[in-house]
Amino acid sequence: MDQESGTRSFSYFAHDADIGIIGRGATLERAFESAAGATFAVMAEPESLRESEEVAVSFSEDDVELALVQWLNALLGAARERGAVFRRFVLSREGSRWSGRAWGEPWRGDSERGTEVKGATLTMLSVRQTGGAVWEARCVIDV
Amino acid sequence: MDLERLEQTGPWAWRVKREPGAARAEAVLYGDAGLLRSMDEKVLEQITNVARLPGLVGPALAMPDAHWGYGFPIGGVAAFDPEQGGIISAGGVGFDISCGIRCLRTNLASEQIAHVAPKLADSLYRNIPAGVGVEGDLQLSIAELDAVLAGGARWAVQRGYGEEAELEYVEERGRVAGARPENVSPLAKKRQRGEMGTLGSGNHYLEVQVVERIHDAAAAEAYGLRTGQIVVSIHCGSRGLGHQIGTEFLVSLAKAAGRLGIVLPDRELACAPVRSPEGEQYIGAMNAAINCALANRQILAHLTRRTFAHFFPDARLETLFDVSHNTCKPERHEVGRKSRLLWVHRKGATRAFAPGHPDIPERYRDAGQPVIIGGSMGTGSYVLAGVASSEAQAWSSASHGAGRAMSRHQALKQWQGRQLVDSLRERGILIRTRSMRGVAEEAPGAYKDVDRVAEATEGAGLARRVAFLRPLVCVKG
Repeated sequence: MDQESGTRSFSYFAHDADIGIIGRGATLERAFESAAGATFAVMAEPESLRESEEVAVSFSEDDVELALVQWLNALLGAARERGAVFRRFVLSREGSRWSGRAWGEPWRGDSERGTEVKGATLTMLSVRQTGGAVWEARCVIDV
Repeated sequence: MDLERLEQTGPWAWRVKREPGAARAEAVLYGDAGLLRSMDEKVLEQITNVARLPGLVGPALAMPDAHWGYGFPIGGVAAFDPEQGGIISAGGVGFDISCGIRCLRTNLASEQIAHVAPKLADSLYRNIPAGVGVEGDLQLSIAELDAVLAGGARWAVQRGYGEEAELEYVEERGRVAGARPENVSPLAKKRQRGEMGTLGSGNHYLEVQVVERIHDAAAAEAYGLRTGQIVVSIHCGSRGLGHQIGTEFLVSLAKAAGRLGIVLPDRELACAPVRSPEGEQYIGAMNAAINCALANRQILAHLTRRTFAHFFPDARLETLFDVSHNTCKPERHEVGRKSRLLWVHRKGATRAFAPGHPDIPERYRDAGQPVIIGGSMGTGSYVLAGVASSEAQAWSSASHGAGRAMSRHQALKQWQGRQLVDSLRERGILIRTRSMRGVAEEAPGAYKDVDRVAEATEGAGLARRVAFLRPLVCVKG
């Protein structure tokens, strides 16, 4: 179930009640973007979405693992607040300050729905550099 | 799960063997060998982690439907004494705070439903907002939401969603005390503005069911259940508001635990002492979310009644009971012949008070509190009754569902939503959904055998079976 897009890719791992997501990228930020892609692909097929809406999120976090959770939950909160679903993500960092943007569209009546993601958890949470200078960010998302 | 790590202490009870030098309380799992073997090893790891938390009274407990969750296992029960530094854990409640089941009994028989079932299913699907990104007709201001969070199902009744009398049959009589809407973030409230009266997705559902079997005639009579009768079960929780509270406090309590000197065996067990500013902050927000969930199910019950009235003008849909299974509540329990106020976490577990408990509606007091085990859309569900032995076994707690036997990831590989919908239709079960992916993830085969879970629940002395409900129509998110 791996999905690739340029230097980013994501996949899933099994968890009894919920879903494990893995985002990979050449940098930590790209891995976080991939993790966001994995999370939102549970709710809607990314290829079926337009990019009619843009949203900015930001937060402060020193701990990079907690930052992954904060990033995903900030996006989920922004999506639910707007009744929207996102397909593309960009994240940058200056010290402990994280700033990101996401693009997508409001839910349409005819949208094929996946499964609602309630939030990102701290379970199986890890952010690390694997072999080949690839960053990997993973956690379980509650559905 | 490797049973070598367990010691069987009774026909349905198992204790986790103590690791050398382990500084933890006991951890106990309920079920038969087959159910326990089917559980992931992570259940064992998670329940022993819970047994390391401060202020735990008695063992950390896993119900027969337990499966790998986050922090606590789903099906985890643990009681903490604030007088002994006992904690409250956001991971021990879950994101879907006060997720639960409202069960409505009707005056309709299955043969009355048969000829209109497809149209009734279509109508319920149209009228019950379900699925990711689907909002309800009700759009509330922030001030109105604050009233929901303070008032719970009582707020909904005051707005015309149902009758005052039915609140007797809702846990906490429709409104939990101690809600602090001001502890709930503006974003959590914004997320909920369009989500009152919505079902959500995942394992949430609205089912029209028929009472297929009665196991306990006296309790069934008290609950107003008879064979062939139509009932409706609504499974959902506190929606976006609860999810946001869960996400915010998970991180803030994880950080607070470090500041407060609590060593967490797993960061997901994010917690703070009940009697600490951080703990009190979470408790106020959690209680607000409980009221949100109670109001949500009250509205959905009303929408269900309205839909049935279109087909059956004389139909009566009365609340049998509304019980949550993701909560932490202060309750008095006997510990060594002394009554103590404990904070009981039930994450994917149902409160199950024994006959005579003052919090049980008078009509059911001799029978015990109704307990609902929600099964998969292809098998069925159980109504059970609380029993006296559950107090000593599990702080009056019981199972809440069939429990997953396989991950969503595996289920997606094994089943296709459309094929499942077709095969269930051939078996007389009508599915209405916006998400074929969701149907595949929730495939009946992805769940444990609900009959065995209910049997183990009874065998372990947690609750006794009253009736089995077979699904006829299922609206999935």
